[in-house]
Amino acid sequence: MDVAQEEHELGSEEALRSLPSDPHERGRPRPSEVTAWGRWAWRRLTSMRTAIVLLVLLALTAVPGSLLPQRGVASDPAAVANFYRANPDLAPWLDRMSLFNVYSAPWFAAVYVLLLVSMTGCVVPRSAQLWREYRAAPPPSPRHLSRETGHHRGLVARPHDPLAVAAAHLRDRRFLVTRTSNEVRAEKGRLRELGNLAFHLSLLVLLFGIAGGKLFGYEGRVALVEGTTFANVSSSYDALTPAPWADLAGLEPLELTLNDFAAEFETEGARFGEPRKFEAAVSYDSAEEGDGSFTIRPNRPLDINGTKFFLTGHGYAPELTVRDGNGDVAVSGPIIFLPVDPAFTSDGVVKAPDARPTSLALRGLFLPTAVDGPDGMGVSAYPDQVNPIVQFMAYTGDLGLDDGTAQSVFELDFTDLDQVLDADGKPWRVSLAPGQTVRLPDGLGSVTFDGVSRFANFQIARDPGKEVSLAAAILLMLGLTASLAIPRRRIWVRRNDDGTVELAGRSLSRRPVPPGELHDLATTIGLPPAGAGQNKEEE
Amino acid sequence: MTSFDAARLSDALVTSALGVFSLALVVFALAAALSRSRPVPVAAVSGAAVVLSSPGGDAGLRPAPHRGLEQVGRAGAAVLVLGTILLCLAVVARGVAAGRAPWGNMYEFGLTGSAAVAVAFLAYGRGRPTGVLAPWTVTLVLVLLGVSVTSLYTPVDDLVPVLNSRWLVVHVAAAITAGALFTVGALATIAHLVRQRGGGDEDDHFSDLAHTVHLVAFPVWTFAVIAGAVWAENAWGRYWGWDPKETWAFITWVFYAAHLHALSTVGWRRRAGWLALAGFLAFVFNFFGVNLWIPGLHSYAGV
Ligand code: HEM
Repeated sequence: MDVAQEEHELGSEEALRSLPSDPHERGRPRPSEVTAWGRWAWRRLTSMRTAIVLLVLLALTAVPGSLLPQRGVASDPAAVANFYRANPDLAPWLDRMSLFNVYSAPWFAAVYVLLLVSMTGCVVPRSAQLWREYRAAPPPSPRHLSRETGHHRGLVARPHDPLAVAAAHLRDRRFLVTRTSNEVRAEKGRLRELGNLAFHLSLLVLLFGIAGGKLFGYEGRVALVEGTTFANVSSSYDALTPAPWADLAGLEPLELTLNDFAAEFETEGARFGEPRKFEAAVSYDSAEEGDGSFTIRPNRPLDINGTKFFLTGHGYAPELTVRDGNGDVAVSGPIIFLPVDPAFTSDGVVKAPDARPTSLALRGLFLPTAVDGPDGMGVSAYPDQVNPIVQFMAYTGDLGLDDGTAQSVFELDFTDLDQVLDADGKPWRVSLAPGQTVRLPDGLGSVTFDGVSRFANFQIARDPGKEVSLAAAILLMLGLTASLAIPRRRIWVRRNDDGTVELAGRSLSRRPVPPGELHDLATTIGLPPAGAGQNKEEE
Repeated sequence: MTSFDAARLSDALVTSALGVFSLALVVFALAAALSRSRPVPVAAVSGAAVVLSSPGGDAGLRPAPHRGLEQVGRAGAAVLVLGTILLCLAVVARGVAAGRAPWGNMYEFGLTGSAAVAVAFLAYGRGRPTGVLAPWTVTLVLVLLGVSVTSLYTPVDDLVPVLNSRWLVVHVAAAITAGALFTVGALATIAHLVRQRGGGDEDDHFSDLAHTVHLVAFPVWTFAVIAGAVWAENAWGRYWGWDPKETWAFITWVFYAAHLHALSTVGWRRRAGWLALAGFLAFVFNFFGVNLWIPGLHSYAGV
């Protein structure tokens, strides 16, 4: 191992071991067993070896979360439930070990907390040492300069003073220079250490930023039909996931109206039907930012004072009017149907519990571009509206809405429902185009398909730690770049008693001293090239 | 030039690049055969096969090789340069045809990625005795390009709206650059480890090349991950969600961080190489494994 490297490694680890404690300990009574043991453990924890082991552990513990379904992570919210169903014996065991929420598991937290403690314990004392070095002048030259990098030695022609020339040359190149009677000591690249410190500490800052979001933020979802308005209070959300300390009573006061939703799809080629453009034209009225309008697109959220609206999906809401047997309107307006395939074949349910003489429910499909499918059911062939059709089956009986259990608006509870049959005793079924009306059998009522609206899904999020995380990321990038790109090095120029002048450099990082640097210096002073110098010595 | 012409031009350039890289492989094989049939100093075998034209200097590292051998090695390097130029032109033509950055689906990742590997190798191999690395790099580029053409090919097309973002362009460009450098680093690391097993030095020009490359690749990768987070924040409302793609990017990053630490820890230098390889495997798995096998938000990237 060459000298430079040894020094470097000492700088990074061994030197730390003997660093801060010594001066304070002198003259004190011998530490007890416990403190001795504690000190030993602390040294272990803050050693580079431990850092490597913990980093490898961190990488390995992150793996299972990408292979097993995760709660609140996967794009498919039912993934964990499905896994339970498929592996009923294994799943509870995995669950007990937090393997369905790896990234909030205690063992995962243990690894990164230990890592950050180790890092702080390692890097902070190192920085204290660096601070002292910063204020000190570069150290004297080692005795055997010839063992260092880029050694030059030779006689320099008078009249100029080679040390003065060297010092000026190095100062011009922004070295920190000290001159003594017989040598010049110079150092450059201390910024590297500052970068290293900034980089490591930025990881702590990042943790604060993440914690900010995890403790005070929230995420919610809402589906809005064209023409409807959303008021930002917790009861308006379809789903809301608040962090433990999120202030749900104090949500940003605002209203948002979806005025229009436009979608475009590929009309030809191999990617026929693939989405090409989504746009949600909205207007808002906010206490903080007044009113205005905006077009929300994928990758272009609306940000109102830190509450952000993201466009995450869309679909169709057929406008239907259901009249009961008495001719009274039981349901009227657009009803959200959930898309089940890329061509927007969509599933929906209409509930009319107050219809007379009996409660009514419809279950149906909306097909933006209907074509005949298997067994008489239609399917959609294209996501845009070319031939919009709704198809229904009808049910009567108790919808189960009164017994107090929550029921999804997208599902029917069939336990107390009877399917409406046609004259032949087969399930009654109908297809409607816009503008058409159909009468249900037995004077149960009628359904009119008035037209089609679209709806858009919005993800609404507030993350108060986001800015901190971004600042940490920028600091991380700057620190890392400085730490990896800047070589820290020392250069010495010495006048020996025999009148020869010697110079050499030493790298304090894993990057070598830039070779041109020493060569330029030698040329400026008037030292012969390295090879020639060597010869002279041997003569 | 219509976009259709540009697309066809790109395809033709890819085909010719495949041919030229295969030719380079033949030339390298010839060089290896020549060097085996005539005894030359050991250093020359690894050193002379390809020294990509060096502007003087490093006389100590460069052995005085057999002349015929050196010529064949030179020829191989020249063919390699030609193939790389063709491949770069193919990438440009693809970009012109699509009217956007040519990394919007897996075929384009493969195409741009293999060009990036070739460029990274030439950029960092220049002036070094890269020896056995050249044929291995060429082989890797051929495999990557071959797989892209045969099983990932998709005609030029527009992007789905979610992918249509400036941050995506930046994020993927950085990821491809880092990935190409990681690839060169991994090849050099393997060469170094094989050498060490055979009793080689702690440090040789392979470990030196690997180190130089990793020092650049790591911050570029870090930037790619950060850019990805910024983009995710813009598209999905959260900057980090432990999506499988994000998770493996993180795993890659952590392994390379461990690698850099191991390099400056006494007694860990040998293990450092293995940590870099672990990082590279995580990177490769993220590109192929995660895209193909694991469902997640990123899987609409389009096979
Ligand atoms: C939290 C996870 C950590 C990450 C992601 C990380 C990352 C890095 C990276 C990328 C470098 C490269 C800079 C270089 O090679 O010069 C580095 C250097 C360094 N790290 Fe860490 N580190 C972490 C934790 C730690 C810990 C726990 C310690 C101490 C036990 C530590 C001590 C050091 C030291 C001393 C250097 C400078 C080495 C040198 O000068 O070559 N780091 N770190």
